[in-house]
Amino acid sequence: MSATLIAAASALALAAPLHAKTIAVAAGEGAQTRLQEALILAAPGDVVELGAGRFVLTDGLSLDVKGVTLRGKGMDATVLDFTGQKGAGEGLLVTSDEVTLRDFAVENTKGDGIKSKGADNVVYYRVRVTWTGGPNETNGAYGIYPVESTGVLIDGCKVSGASDAGIYVGQSAGITVRHSVAEGNVAGIEIENSRNALVTRNYVTRNTGGILIFDLPNLPRMGGGNVRVEDNLVIANDTPNFAPKGNIVASVPSGTGIMIMANDDVRIRGNTLSGHYTAQIMVVTYPNAFKDPRYNPYPRHVQVGYNTFSTGNQNRDTLGRLQADPYPAGAFPKVLWDGLGGTQVFAPGAGLTAINLNFPKQGAGLDQAKPQPFDLPAFTGVPPMTAYVGAPAALDNRITP
Amino acid sequence: MRLLAAALLLSAAALAAKPLAAPRPPVLSGAGPVINTTLVNDAVVGSSEFPARLSDYNFFTDAAATRPGIGVIEYRLNTPLWSDGADKSRFLYLPPKGQATANGDGLLGLPVGAALIKHFAFGGKLVETRVLLHRADGWVALPYVWNAEQTEARLALAGKRIELTTPGGQAISYAVPNKNQCKDCHSQDGAVIPVGPKAYNLSPEWLAGLKSRGWIDQMPKVSRRIPLWEDRAKVKVADAARGYLDANCAHCHSPQGAASNSGLYLGWTVKDRTALGVKKRPVAAGRGAGPHEFAIVPGKPDQSILLYRMASTEGGVAMPELGRETRDPDGEAVVRAWIAGMR
Repeated sequence: MSATLIAAASALALAAPLHAKTIAVAAGEGAQTRLQEALILAAPGDVVELGAGRFVLTDGLSLDVKGVTLRGKGMDATVLDFTGQKGAGEGLLVTSDEVTLRDFAVENTKGDGIKSKGADNVVYYRVRVTWTGGPNETNGAYGIYPVESTGVLIDGCKVSGASDAGIYVGQSAGITVRHSVAEGNVAGIEIENSRNALVTRNYVTRNTGGILIFDLPNLPRMGGGNVRVEDNLVIANDTPNFAPKGNIVASVPSGTGIMIMANDDVRIRGNTLSGHYTAQIMVVTYPNAFKDPRYNPYPRHVQVGYNTFSTGNQNRDTLGRLQADPYPAGAFPKVLWDGLGGTQVFAPGAGLTAINLNFPKQGAGLDQAKPQPFDLPAFTGVPPMTAYVGAPAALDNRITP
Repeated sequence: MRLLAAALLLSAAALAAKPLAAPRPPVLSGAGPVINTTLVNDAVVGSSEFPARLSDYNFFTDAAATRPGIGVIEYRLNTPLWSDGADKSRFLYLPPKGQATANGDGLLGLPVGAALIKHFAFGGKLVETRVLLHRADGWVALPYVWNAEQTEARLALAGKRIELTTPGGQAISYAVPNKNQCKDCHSQDGAVIPVGPKAYNLSPEWLAGLKSRGWIDQMPKVSRRIPLWEDRAKVKVADAARGYLDANCAHCHSPQGAASNSGLYLGWTVKDRTALGVKKRPVAAGRGAGPHEFAIVPGKPDQSILLYRMASTEGGVAMPELGRETRDPDGEAVVRAWIAGMR
């Protein structure tokens, strides 16, 4: 069978059912009930179309019907306003597969903005999630929050103000985050305990940390990796950390561009990094105590390829918790490594000189750092990734205008 | 046939009247005359529709829904879910020839055509009734809201806010969940399931009553039961607290539940201390963690996220996320004592 035929067949399979209908919901009186009823009564393949205007909502919304599209008139025209929200853990919760969310905004939710859990092949397209008061620890944790899902496409979205991560993908696989803006969150974009993720062509600025690729213990899905971070603009992520203390992102130092914690096979290339006074790229071991025998706290096979580094902001205090300047004179780090994990940590890349903090063991503190320059291995040929990286290509079909 | 039905009605009524059933909350004491002796409408239970009125099912023989109909039996849980102090009454409906199945100490297996019905009342007035229907393609959860006259409850698919005063004297905006929110709690691997009638949270007498009538295939084998909530001062505090956490948290906080991604599992039979929260860091708690680092710090309830979230009523912090607008002082006291005594 030719490739064209296969493409045509799969396009047909993806086409909406014959009887799909459009359910229009306007802003105004009773929006909570009318919109929630539409989301419940929609049939697979239906489009729930939000009118322009401000939908004033008092409770979380939820969608549990497969294959539904929730579509507004644009991320600046259709606003789901949760400023007066009384209950529920998020603004919109999606628990069904094959859902498309596009062209609307969610503002000021009490908890997370939009969460999709166990919702495979979800598409977020031109969705905005904003806490309008700017960075504040009383803002909700995550803006766009897919978790435990296979197939996640986030494209053209915009998130700001999240007290944890603006765009957070957790315990998932087959992920693309692209063309999106994350500004003024604690973490701009975070990929956690996930595999086969592509983070590309995003603009990530004014967060505490720009792009985080983390793997944490004691979770149902661990062993994150096979991640590409490519061609992003990661600029001046220097907002003071405003995360609540107990969360892992509360440990991210302000002024961090891209941060890798644990994970196996992460490739960082083509990014432009500028204005990070702690580190442009940080590669570290999980710092806390843990008892989970399934968990590997060390980063493995991290490739720092060709990226564009612009300096700036270097006169700021580096790593505020350090008593003394950790860096040898003049050697402000493009790459900062805690020194743990041995020779497996870095795959051959652009051969930059990093700063090695020489931590004596997992769980060590910065007071035990003995910083010195460290040459990363240079290209000798890089093996292909072990699996396809990114969301399934078929999800692209859902974002045509 | 009519005679048989009458006999069944008698036996159901007799079963419900035994002490093994829950003591009825005051709301149910004013039962009116029997106005309806027809059978439960199995066609409605099993249809693919969302019936508009609670009375469409014929679960009860009176308009006030106090007298269970044929095949409808009242039950109680040893330790129940707390919902702003609502008085609750629970009923199981088994269709003709339908039989529950024992499943170890866990959730009873219930046949297609079965239903679970739960009344919520405040100050002697029914506010809402939630039904779980076992249909051919799975369980469906539907909320019904009572009228002021207490003569009919109507479907509230999108949920509803109702202003009322709790037994604790607090004026609240009580949230009737929408149909999807029902699933937030009644969920296992994405499918709707019942959560209440687990054998370890049911009385052996009630189960024996089912068995003697042939309404369950065998007595479930239960090694350890959750204690009765009213006995919480008499039993080991760990048992009281773990029972409370099972009934109030574990429907989501289980490996198959809505909070599976948290890795925090609070079921009665969980043994792994980290999964239970001991020295476990939060994952996606966000500001729900407050200033704290661990779900449970042994000996330090005031540094434990678990209690911090139980003691909050703020969206994004409060746990459970749904179904609670006020604090549960009794629940907090038990969990506090348990953590305080933990080493």
